[in-house]
This record gives sequence, C-alpha cells and structure tokens, in this order.
Amino acid sequence: MTMSAFEKHRHVIDFTLSSLLRRKGKNFSLLAVYTFVIFLVASVMFLTHSIKEDAYMVLTDAPEITVQKLMAGRHDLIPLSYMEPIREIRGVQSVEPRLWGYYFDGTNKANYTLVVKKEMNNTPGAISVGNGVARNLLVKENGIIPFKAYDGSYLFLKIKDVFSSESELVSSDLILISEQDFRKIFAFPPDVATDLVLRVRNPRELTTIATKINQMFPDTRPILREEILRTYEAVFDWRGGLVIIILWGAALAFVILAWDRATGLSAEEKREIGILKAIGWETSDVLLMKFWEGAVISFSAFSFGLLLAYAHVYFASFILFESTIKGWSIIYPQFRLTPFVSIYQIATLFFLTVVPYTVTTIAPSWRAATIDPDMVMRA
Amino acid sequence: MIFHGPILGLLLGSLLVSFMLVYSAFYAVQILLRWDMRSGSEIQLGLERRTYLISVLITYALGFQLLSLFLFIYTADHLAPLFVGAMCAAGSLNVNPWGYPTIVLKIVNFILGAVWLVINFTDNRAWDYPLIRKKYALLLCIAPLILAETIFQTAYSAGLHPNIITSCCGTLFTADAAGVTSGIIALPPIPLAVTFYTLMGATLICGVYYRRAGKGVTLFSILSSLTFLASGVALISFIPLYFYELPTHHCPFCLLHKEYLYVGYALYLAFLGGVISGLGVGILKPFSGVESLKGVVPGIQRRLALASLVSNGISLLIVVYGVLSSNLILLD
Amino acid sequence: MIRLNEIRKVFNTGKPNEFVALQGINLTIEAHRAVALTGPSGSGKTTLLSILGCMARPTAGRILLGDREITSLPERFLTEIRRSTFGFIFQQYNLIKGISVLENVMIPAYPTGEKHASLKERATKLLNLFNVGSKADSKPEWLSGGEAQRVAIARALINNPSVIVADEPTAHLDTRLSLELMAILKDLKEEGKTLLIASHDPIVHSSEVVDRVVAMRDGQMQ
Ligand SMILES: Nc1ncnc2c1ncn2[C@@H]1O[C@H](COP(=O)(O)OP(=O)(O)O)[C@@H](O)[C@H]1O
Ligand SMILES: [Mg+2]
Repeated sequence: MTMSAFEKHRHVIDFTLSSLLRRKGKNFSLLAVYTFVIFLVASVMFLTHSIKEDAYMVLTDAPEITVQKLMAGRHDLIPLSYMEPIREIRGVQSVEPRLWGYYFDGTNKANYTLVVKKEMNNTPGAISVGNGVARNLLVKENGIIPFKAYDGSYLFLKIKDVFSSESELVSSDLILISEQDFRKIFAFPPDVATDLVLRVRNPRELTTIATKINQMFPDTRPILREEILRTYEAVFDWRGGLVIIILWGAALAFVILAWDRATGLSAEEKREIGILKAIGWETSDVLLMKFWEGAVISFSAFSFGLLLAYAHVYFASFILFESTIKGWSIIYPQFRLTPFVSIYQIATLFFLTVVPYTVTTIAPSWRAATIDPDMVMRA
Repeated sequence: MIFHGPILGLLLGSLLVSFMLVYSAFYAVQILLRWDMRSGSEIQLGLERRTYLISVLITYALGFQLLSLFLFIYTADHLAPLFVGAMCAAGSLNVNPWGYPTIVLKIVNFILGAVWLVINFTDNRAWDYPLIRKKYALLLCIAPLILAETIFQTAYSAGLHPNIITSCCGTLFTADAAGVTSGIIALPPIPLAVTFYTLMGATLICGVYYRRAGKGVTLFSILSSLTFLASGVALISFIPLYFYELPTHHCPFCLLHKEYLYVGYALYLAFLGGVISGLGVGILKPFSGVESLKGVVPGIQRRLALASLVSNGISLLIVVYGVLSSNLILLD
Repeated sequence: MIRLNEIRKVFNTGKPNEFVALQGINLTIEAHRAVALTGPSGSGKTTLLSILGCMARPTAGRILLGDREITSLPERFLTEIRRSTFGFIFQQYNLIKGISVLENVMIPAYPTGEKHASLKERATKLLNLFNVGSKADSKPEWLSGGEAQRVAIARALINNPSVIVADEPTAHLDTRLSLELMAILKDLKEEGKTLLIASHDPIVHSSEVVDRVVAMRDGQMQ
C-alpha cells in the first residue's frame, strides 16, 4: 500500500517533470518572473535583517544608560558636575563622560564620526581610523590627515592604525582621537562632555535609576540601551515593510501572470489531460500532477531567487536598491554586510510569495483536472 | 500596527486562507441543499467535481495554517525587543488582548481542519458519499472560526505599538502575577507532572490494547484528547523548567529556539499529531456502522491509532529525555 | 456482462441548447462477444460508448457491470473500474506527443503504483507483440498511422482489461491496415476479451469478428 503510493508519486513526478520540460518556453518565462519577484522581496528582507543585526552587534557593547542634556529640546553638552550626584545613586556602578562629534571633510565631502578614546590620550597627535575612512581618503598607516579646526587653522594628525570591526556599519566612518586634539578641533569647553554613560549593576534597576536621574536633573534625558535597540528595530522593520509593500505591486503583476498561465491551458495541454483521464487517470491523479508541477516551479524559483538575493545583498552590496534603505553617509556604498539568514526569514518569504502563487493556481488546476474524459473521443 | 515582513506575510496568508474557506463554505451550502446521489444531472455532477476543489483547498489551507502557527510564534518572539519588559513571545503576545486568543484559535483550527480531512478521506473510500452532509456541516462550523482567527490576528497586529509596557515571561509566568496562565503555574508542578505521565501512559496502553484487541476506541480517543490538554498545561507548568533549567521560566515558546535545538517544533508537532489521530479514531467510530464504510473504517482507525501511538511516544520520549538530562530537580 | 437499462443522456440541461443525445437505451452485452455500434454521425455512438466505458455518467437509467450497479458511483470509483476493466482505442489514436512510445504505453498504469521495472517490462512485451518494439524510444509524432494505431492498442491493453472499447478505429486507416486491425481484434477476442466497437465502416460490421451489430439513429436503438 505505502510502497505503491510511493511508486505512484514517483511516476507522477517523472511525468510532471517531462511535461514541464516539454513546455519549456511557457514554463521558463513564468519561472523567470517568479524568481525575480522572490529575488526582490528576499533582497529587501536580507538587507533589513542584516543591517539590524549589525546594529545590534554594535549596541550590545553600548552602555546601559546614556545621559544627555537637553536645551530647548535639542541635544546639548552636559556639565561634568552632573557626574558626581549620579554616581551616588544606588545601583550605579560607574559614570564616564563621552566626547564625540561629527566632522565634515569638505574636500572629500564625507562625514566622519570623531570619538575620544581614553587610550589615545597618551599619544596626542595620533588617530586611529576605520577602514572605511582609510579607503575613502586613500590613506594608510602613518599617513597624515589634515583637520580643519573651528578657527580655520589646520591640525595635522597622524594615523596610528587602521581598524576594522565585525560590522562595517560602525567602523567605516569612525575616527578615534585623543581628548586634547578633540577639544582643540572643536574648541570644546573643558568642563562639559557630549554625554555621560553609566554602567549599572542590576538590569532590573535600569528604569528606577533613569527615573531618579530625571528627577535630579530635569534638563537631562536618560536613554536606555533597550530603547535604542527598539528604535533601530522599529525603524528598520518599518522601512523594510514599506519596501515590501511597494514590491507587492510587482508581486501582484506576477500573480496575474501566474493566474493567466494557469488558466489559459493550451488546447494541447487540455487534450493531454483529457487523454490521461480517458485512459485511467482520476481527477485526483491529475491534481497530484498539478501539485507537483507547482511544487517544482515554486521550489526552483524559491531557490534561485534566494541564492540571487543572497549574492546581491552580500556580494554585490545591494546595488539595485542602495538608496532606498540606507541613504545616510556617503561612505557606505563600499560596505559589506555580515550574512544573516534564518528559517524565520525563509518562512516569511514563503508566505509572501509561494503561498499567494499556490493559491492562485488551485482553481485553474482543478478546472484542468476535471476536464471530461470523454472529450478526447470527440474531435 | 507594525510594518514588518513577517506580519505582512501572516496577514496575507490568513486573508488567503479565509478566502479559501469562505469559498468552500459557499459550495458547502450548495452541497447541503442540492446534493442528490441518485441523480445524474449536470448540477449533481458539477457538485461532485466541486468536492475535489474543496478537498484541495482545505488541504492547502491546513498546510498554511500549520506554518502560520509557527511563524506567528516566531514573529511574536522577534518583536519582543520592541516592547519594554517583553523578553520573548510570551511577553509580546501579551501586548494586547488578541495575542493569546489568536494562538489558541490557530491550534483549534488546525486540529479541526485535520479532523475534517480525516473524515473526508474516509468518506472518499465509500462509493455513496455517506458522510457528505456531516462533513460539509462541519466545514460550515470551521469557516467562521478561521474568519475569527484572521480578525483576531489582524487586531493583534494592528494593536502592536512599540514601547507598550508589557510583562515579560519572567513576570508573566511567575505564580504571583494574576491571570489565567499564572493560575496554571500556581498548580504545583509535581502533581501536574504525575497527571501528565499518567494520562500519557494510559493513552499508550489503551492504544496498544486497541490495536491488539480492537476494543476501547472511545476510551482511547477520550484519553488522547485529555493527554493533549494535559500536554498543553505541562508545556506551561513543568516541561520548560527542565529544558531551561530555571525553576521560574515557564515560557512554552522559548523551546522553539535554537538554544534548545528546536526541540519545541518536534514536541509541538508530536502533541498535535497525537491529538489529531487520537481524535480521528473516535470520530470515525459512529461511522463504522454505515454499510458502505464497514470495510473501510476499521483499517483507517487502526492506522490513525498507530500514528497517535507513535506521536505520543515521541513526545513522551522528548519530555522524559528533557527531564532526565536536566540539571534541575523539582523538590516540592 | 454489461447491462444498460433505460439509459438517457441529456447535454446542457435546462439551457436553450438542451440536447437529448441518448434515449431509452436497453442493451445487454455478453462477455467474450464483439458488438458493433453503427449509425450515422451524430447518432449517439460515441456517447453510448463513453457511458458503457464508465467515462461519463448517464443522466438517468441504470448500468450493471456483472452484478454490480455502477450507475451513480462517484468518479473515483468509476475511474478505477474504467482503468481495470476497459481499454480504449480512439479514432485519433490520442497518443501524447513529446514523450516516448514506451512511456505512452505505460501511462495508464501510473496511478496503480506498479513498480517501474515490471511495468516497463510489460509495456515492452506488448510493443513487441504488435511489432512496434523497435519504436519504443521514438516519439509518437514520427509514427505512421498503422504504427500509431498498434501503439494505441498496446496502451489499451497495459492494464489487462477484459473489455476493449474502440471508437471508429478504422477511420484513419486504409483497407489493408483496417483488415490488419480487425485481425488483431480477432486475436484479442479469442483471448477472451469483450469488444465494443463504434463504427460506420462496413469493414468493421461485416467482419466475421463481430457477433452483433446494433444500429443507432437519433440517440435511439433501432
Ligand atoms: N458535451 C456535449 N455537449 C453537447 N452536445 C453534445 C456533447 N457531446 C455530444 N453531443 C451531441 O450528441 C450527439 C451525439 O454525438 P456522438 O455520440 O458523438 O455521435 P456519434 O459518435 O454517433 O457521431 C451529437 O449531436 C453531438 O453534437
Ligand atoms: Mg463518434
């Protein structure tokens, strides 16, 4: 019983494959469009997912709480005098001032993120640059970069090393600098910092501590790491979702094509199914054949689409949609994403593409399968 | 509302499944009103052909349902970071009142759909469609439930606003929090474990006895269903404790994570397989008296019983393995 | 034995183009006999064959196959009966283009789930029996009329049916090939098969193979 059921499937699959091959032209164009739609949707999904994961990787090392000062609703420099009272709060392990800012390089028209690293303080005049910066400026180790300071004078800093990190998203525009040089370039007052970062012993106390800081200094905004993660998550998902909606336009066109292909059985195909039924195939056997036909087409399109999208996102740097999703610093075009592909994404993709395609083909398959067997007896 | 690939996929899937069910229900009404086996009229021939379409629609719908159950849990899991306090699916499902009802409906609908296919399969073995009215009446009951599921799921997705404070699984599933789920936890895990093992054992014994002696169909079916309910409770009360090796983490969804080798999938599928085949055995019993089904029903029942035994055996093995290989020991 | 009782077939019931194709057909066909249906084009021969061969269900009336009433069997059962009891030979051969002759012969047995190897062996034997074994790997498009007809017969026999149903089998054959076909049918009858042939070709109904001729006109037996 089971053995013969297996043989039956084998026979039907064999026959289905040879039928598909006999109608190469028709099936190939369908497969091409199907693959393209899957490729588009998969590309967007892979990209959003990877950027998000990249950002996550960066943020896991981020401090649990960042305290910013607000001035008229805008981010302002925070007085170092705020540090001591905050340190006194129960549960706060440490408070550190952070100095960072953006530097616009007019010659190269690029924006860099300048961050003060304690380790750099011992070697004023030296900087450490991310590989994106090095690539953009065509500089190597020991090269000199001129920085235009606040008063128009130049500060020449020497590259101590070029670093790269797991995620290019971070390292590409980053320059590490000493506190002295940083303050010199921007005329940064000595008694303030960009923001304060806190280490907290117990993650359960995060909200309590944040509330206390806010009570103590009503002009500050404590930001939890979780909130940043949430924001990233929401923003990227939102962008990805939006693009998917737009792509549905393409998908819809595809569904119409699939419908047309499935409904518009050629006379030849109709005759064939009629013959099959007349010589002993049952409606459900033809339905089984149609199922395998759909499965083969969907599986091929799905695999090709996925592979192409993978290559597109991770090797070709998403050339087709560059600006849609990214579009921040001009340094990025070069960056490579870390591949992240999960069953979750594949299941999602399945629901967005294969499920609608399959539903589209059910009724036409059934209509084909219920052709009258005695039709073939009439010319 | 969150614009999110998986959510869009889930909504699209549910919409399509609903559409398939409404379409089937429309023809179910036609069949209930106009079916006449003795007639060779074109209407009757047309209706008989429709039954093929409906079988195919329900089969596909069922497949999509199963996938969407897991995708839904998975999505809830992935959304957790968007909600303060939510650490996994258990928390994000609690963001609004639609989350858990959606899951429950997804499970109920899957079981009903599978039972429908069992009845349909049986009916198709007979030459006179003896169950045609019953199965299409059942279909008419399933369709509104599928619609409800779609509505619930849409309401859940629409009600997702990042940052809503929700309880995470840490607080949601601890005994001092109020609510139904915590009520289950408040039951001592040991008596629950005993109940689970007893029911599981009884089901297995009864199933073997049925396969041997051909008797005890009803009891077996009832026991299978009770075992499924007990498994549901066990999934929130004691099974996770052993897998996570944490005496307070009761979340049944984290079992689907990679850290636990995706054991949740096997466990969920085995539980579902057990209840569907076990229920199927009992549901077919009244039909064994139908003339054209006399020679058919016992064979199908035996195969279902075997499937149920295998499924329940697998789930029992997984649970026992989890308990034995765990470093956690429940004392009270 | 096949018995038809007051068979009626109506097409497009209730529509303006409603058409009664068969009416009041009472017919008993004994096993191991050859029956020919004759009559002008449009008289309902093909329709009657398709009902006899379990391809279509009558609008009214009863059909008995042996002792079994099969009138209102669902399609899946009718198909099973059709597959195991009847072998069909069509006017246009109806071979599937693009696949090999051998596969064409095997196709009717696919749903039975027979092992590929044994099925292939039986199909090859049948092709050899009808002297088209050498064409096993060719495509049906390349066959001559006579070869195609013999492949079609091999296909009709693959499930070892007890009844052979042939609709205008000589329509596309010249006299020599028609006589050759009748010889094959004679052999089949001698093997114990029942033959049902619809044809208005005198070669068929004047043939010694045919035991009984049923004349039809306007959907009725005469
Ligand atoms: N599917 C159909 N719908 C409508 N009319 C049909 C159909 N099939 C056959 N007929 C009609 O039934 C009549 C009998 O046809 P047929 O049995 O093919 O006659 P014969 O084989 O004797 O030439 C013809 O007039 C034909 O037009
Ligand atoms: Mg004719």
